[in-house]
Amino acid sequence: MIGDLITASVLASGIRLATPYLYAALGETFGQRSGVLNLGVEGVMLMGAFTSLWAVHEFTPAGATGYDAGALAMGVLVAILVGLIMGLATAVINVTLQAEQGISGIGIYLFGLGMSDLLFQKVFGGNVVTVNGFPKVYLPVLSDIPVLGEIFFRQNLLVYFAFALVPVTWFVLNKTTLGLKIRAVGQNPEAADAMGISVARVRYFTVTLGGVLASLAGASLSISLVNVFQQNMTAGQGFIAVALVYFGSWRARGVMFGALLFSLVNALQLQVRTKGIDVPDEYAAMAPYVLTIIALVFASQRIDQPAALTKPFERGE
Amino acid sequence: MSTSSDERKLLPTGHERIDHLEMRGIVKRFPGVLAVDHVDFDVRAGEVHALLGENGAGKSTLMKILYGLYQANEGEIYLNRRKVTIKSPSDAIALGIGMIHQHFMLVPSLTVAENVALGLKSSREPLLDLDVVSARIEQLARTYGLQVDPSRPVWQLAVGERQRVEIIKALYRGAALLILDEPTAVLTPQEVDDLFATLRQMVQDGHALIFISHKLHEVLAISQRITVLRDGRVVGSVPTAQATKAELARMMVGREVLLTYDVPPVEPGPVRLKISGLRASSDRGTEALRGIDLEVRAGEILGLAGVSGNGQRELAEVIFGLRPATAGSVLLDGQDITGKSPAELNRLGMSYIPEERMLDGVIRDFTVAENLMLQEHAQRPYSYHIFLNPRAIAQRCANLIRNFNIRTPNQETPIKSLSGGNIQKLVLARELAREPSVLIAAQPTRGVDIGATEYIHQRLLEQRARGTATLLISEDLDEILALADRIAVIYEGEIVGVVDRAQAQVETLGLMMAGVRHETAAG
Repeated sequence: MIGDLITASVLASGIRLATPYLYAALGETFGQRSGVLNLGVEGVMLMGAFTSLWAVHEFTPAGATGYDAGALAMGVLVAILVGLIMGLATAVINVTLQAEQGISGIGIYLFGLGMSDLLFQKVFGGNVVTVNGFPKVYLPVLSDIPVLGEIFFRQNLLVYFAFALVPVTWFVLNKTTLGLKIRAVGQNPEAADAMGISVARVRYFTVTLGGVLASLAGASLSISLVNVFQQNMTAGQGFIAVALVYFGSWRARGVMFGALLFSLVNALQLQVRTKGIDVPDEYAAMAPYVLTIIALVFASQRIDQPAALTKPFERGE
Repeated sequence: MSTSSDERKLLPTGHERIDHLEMRGIVKRFPGVLAVDHVDFDVRAGEVHALLGENGAGKSTLMKILYGLYQANEGEIYLNRRKVTIKSPSDAIALGIGMIHQHFMLVPSLTVAENVALGLKSSREPLLDLDVVSARIEQLARTYGLQVDPSRPVWQLAVGERQRVEIIKALYRGAALLILDEPTAVLTPQEVDDLFATLRQMVQDGHALIFISHKLHEVLAISQRITVLRDGRVVGSVPTAQATKAELARMMVGREVLLTYDVPPVEPGPVRLKISGLRASSDRGTEALRGIDLEVRAGEILGLAGVSGNGQRELAEVIFGLRPATAGSVLLDGQDITGKSPAELNRLGMSYIPEERMLDGVIRDFTVAENLMLQEHAQRPYSYHIFLNPRAIAQRCANLIRNFNIRTPNQETPIKSLSGGNIQKLVLARELAREPSVLIAAQPTRGVDIGATEYIHQRLLEQRARGTATLLISEDLDEILALADRIAVIYEGEIVGVVDRAQAQVETLGLMMAGVRHETAAG
């Protein structure tokens, strides 16, 4: 029975489903490492999901049957732009206006939830619209490896890019002067300030980058994984992404393992449901969320938590 | 050896010297306070100019203006006779001004090299060049006797080492003028000697140093000139060679000050507080107390000396039931009180003056009266069933305010608007009014002006005469030497030794504070 469940195609879908978690959680990692908690990831994801789908739909030539590379590029571009705007807005609220981050994040989430649905109703009348999303790209040679090839190397571009971001994040945080500034600002902004670093500028950068990546996370759902948009289609994935940052102890690699754990459980529960195995649907569906709670209780190593997380910085006493 | 005039203008670190820096007519207002009032101050290359004054006299504020952390409301700064504006720390750094803050500006999770590299241009931008930085750190360390390992994370370093990292950070950035804000507050006497050696080397090389302190003997030992601040104004400026302790103290406080106390002999009574084999964990989960044994007798002050962070705070908290003991026991008059709640301990005659008075001693937003009544408000006559008795409360508070000389406009003043000294007197009033048989006083005079310190010391001695067993925990060795009958030294959660005050020597205590066992230290 287990053999039935864990097949190469289930594992491949597990890898694929990790994409939105990866984008969102890596973006959030930058923000949190610099001391800003953005709970609004979910809202930015929804905006990214809708706007990128709209762009792909809009720019696909009428009558096209397959995917259209230009339209897909526009989808990604629009998602980046929307993420940039929402990330900047988040930075203004959290860094300049020094809002209570737990609350302002909920506000950003609600804005994204409402706005994405409003646009959906206005533009598409609330009707399901499908687009031709990113096609699979078989990597030469690698994709021919038995089993592994199917699992890892027959994915689409957004999936590859998400996984490539893991070492990039690690490298930027640990091996560059920018990364050193980010870590310092998150641990002791007073010290960074005394060394002539602009705490606000560093945080604007990380929070805006987090917005862009969250928006891409949304796009990876709507134009790469499921290729439709529905109201609240992220269904809490943005919040799970925030939790994954804690789960991964603010490290790129830990975040990746967390994302994979959740996406594999997700893929598995989908398989359980399609195979019609005698497990009540509800139990299977709630598995990832139960896992979030359990994982957070047991796995988070708070020692590594950025000391200034959620604390706005202002010079002087 | 002949050097060109250009070379003579350079420090060994390759940066230009600051021949003269002058602050003229500096004024800084905070809401409701004139923190710095038309202050003139200057420093030259090759000298230590000490800035002496009590807490709140405006020393740190003046220096934060020089370092760009605050903006002055009035006044000018001249560097080598040229007017400069300093809007932020990066402006100050660019001019060759460095500052060692009282609270270290280090990122604990980063290594020494990363802390030094922070904010600097890398030679391989945008990549880090920690190997280059480390090599340069080792070179500076050799020149100025500042031993540190560049690859170690800062949280693993002792306080003295962290200070060395701060100095290296400033030198690395080419500081020709270095501001040291109370640099000795956290050091053992030996570490102070090492620091002074480093500072003398820097002065010889042509650095200009500003040394902020309220410790008279240190200022006299290291500086060439002394400027005294009081209430934001310059009281006077004297060459160190012509200054005396008594004169400086008078200038700081504005009146004659007792520098030593008359401690009458008291025959110690029975053991009141007995601590045996006490162990406890720190907030981080590491072992903070590793088997503490201590006895405090009635009519005795036992001083607990040590560099901060060696378990003092944890010990006080375990004794007073605020932190669980993992092993061992605390006996009060032979009765086991380990793990009893603070309320029970209060009833049993124990009082506690906590180290962090604003966090653990008072409630910031409460009034003077409310803070005075935190413990007894539920007892008669201050309340009857569920109702408070305002008249009885007002009367008791009026008595305490008078008896303990608390300077407050009235009982309803929010406590946060009082000075540190007055808040501490309030805590003292609340805790001593109960006439405790055992008193735990943790850093009772930290951040308190000389006047209030003197007063608090007198009250502690009064308690001693009354037969109270006092455990005085202090990082200020002078305070312990002035008050304690016996002195215990704590190092990394263990008692290194206990000595009678009559036999105590600063050098021996200093070695003990650095972890050297008493037998070895004495021999």
